[in-house]
Amino acid sequence: MSGGRTVVVVGSSIGGVRTAQALRSEGFDGRVVLVGEEAELPYDKPPLSKQFLSGQWDADRTVLLTPEAAEREGIELRIGVPATRLDVAAKEVHLADGTSLAYDSAVIATGASARPSPWRPESGVHVVRTMADSRALHEDLRREGPVVVVGGGFIGAEVAATASGLGREVTVVDPMPTPIGRVVGPEIGQYFTELHHRHGVATRFGVGVEGIEGSAGDLRVRLTDGTELAAATVVVGIGAVPNDGWLADSGLPIENGVMCDEYSRALDAPDVYAIGDVARWFHPGHREYLRVEHWTNAVEQGVCAAHNIAHPDDLRSYRPVEYVWSDQYDWKVQIVGRPTRGTRHELVGELTGVKPRAAVLYTDEDGHLLGVVTVNWPKALVQCRRMVTEQASFDEALGKVKELAAAAPPRRAASTDTGGGR
Amino acid sequence: MPVLKADFAACQGYANCVDAAPTVYDIDDDGVVVLLRERISEEERPHIEEAARSCPVSALTIEDE
Repeated sequence: MSGGRTVVVVGSSIGGVRTAQALRSEGFDGRVVLVGEEAELPYDKPPLSKQFLSGQWDADRTVLLTPEAAEREGIELRIGVPATRLDVAAKEVHLADGTSLAYDSAVIATGASARPSPWRPESGVHVVRTMADSRALHEDLRREGPVVVVGGGFIGAEVAATASGLGREVTVVDPMPTPIGRVVGPEIGQYFTELHHRHGVATRFGVGVEGIEGSAGDLRVRLTDGTELAAATVVVGIGAVPNDGWLADSGLPIENGVMCDEYSRALDAPDVYAIGDVARWFHPGHREYLRVEHWTNAVEQGVCAAHNIAHPDDLRSYRPVEYVWSDQYDWKVQIVGRPTRGTRHELVGELTGVKPRAAVLYTDEDGHLLGVVTVNWPKALVQCRRMVTEQASFDEALGKVKELAAAAPPRRAASTDTGGGR
Repeated sequence: MPVLKADFAACQGYANCVDAAPTVYDIDDDGVVVLLRERISEEERPHIEEAARSCPVSALTIEDE
């Protein structure tokens, strides 16, 4: 079916690996080459702010594709060499070692990088995105002394939980009054702030960072309100930027990510696909161009692109319902859909105390179910994810979640779990 | 015949499998995966393989028997 075709997948993180594997599941029998910049075997990133950072897991547990599995699945691994250029006209990917790979289809899966810290003291300031980042931060977290986390989003919160679990005194700083409010709204965001406090982590929200001076072990973080925090280690988690710089001279339209159509094909270059954090594609359901940085999105978009490459006569548009999780302290947070598009929400259950169980459902003036946030309640998440997909009404969804709550009352944990982020 | 396996201790209730292949995967009240059946056909395999690979903790596998 696939003749002698070659697919080159650039990027060996979750999106790239799953795309390469899905090509085989979809029946593609041509050549599949997986190119990765880092010399490490392809690894998974969620543990880098949690189990790998805490030292609970070693690197082996994060591996996504062993050389044996790659061989079994017919995937040629070219790791430790970054792609430097994409020649769309010649259909070639150029690599840093001077070689090039000819392709029939290329998949751009180069992901995103941590937004660099704008504050550059001599040493002691970390970001967390790669295994090397996580390893370096782990070393510094072993040292006594306070930790300041700049950025109260998911990464910041997870790192704070992990550092606190390792016995460090932690303060999280963010210019937003409720940082997670960007995702769940300010009212529910307040519960996330209390979650930090309940685990002994201090927050300075609504205050920005003006500067960081000193060096590892002896840093001073100056805040915009004139106060100063002493820190042995600082972690900066202020978002990510797509890794599209290597495509600058490719002629592909790039606007904070590779612009793609609803099939994840680069605009004006149907042999080139982009998936995951680096792709900005047209979501036909939402009728807008989106770039999503979630793990599940990278996997689902990779599978969809693989299908489209293997079956060009049966193109599938990519129209996912957003889904992301975050493990913070004793909370497993799962978010589906687009809660912040709502104008009203209702809480079922509780968000206080030890290991609470709750769902928050969001709706608009028209009564649609737009999004749901669950805490420690995967069963409700599954139902709600289905209902968001089926565009159920808010009232119907609320009724179902309340039924679920009544059918299986929450089991409260007996003791506080302060384990490192999970 | 392909057989579904799950590492119930590893499962964290992320539920991507249920979303991708609801005919074979479900989740219980404690947030742990449930195999609705264990044997699947060769025709179903590609789709279920993709669902299994959407597990963030690699708790799901398909074996040949």
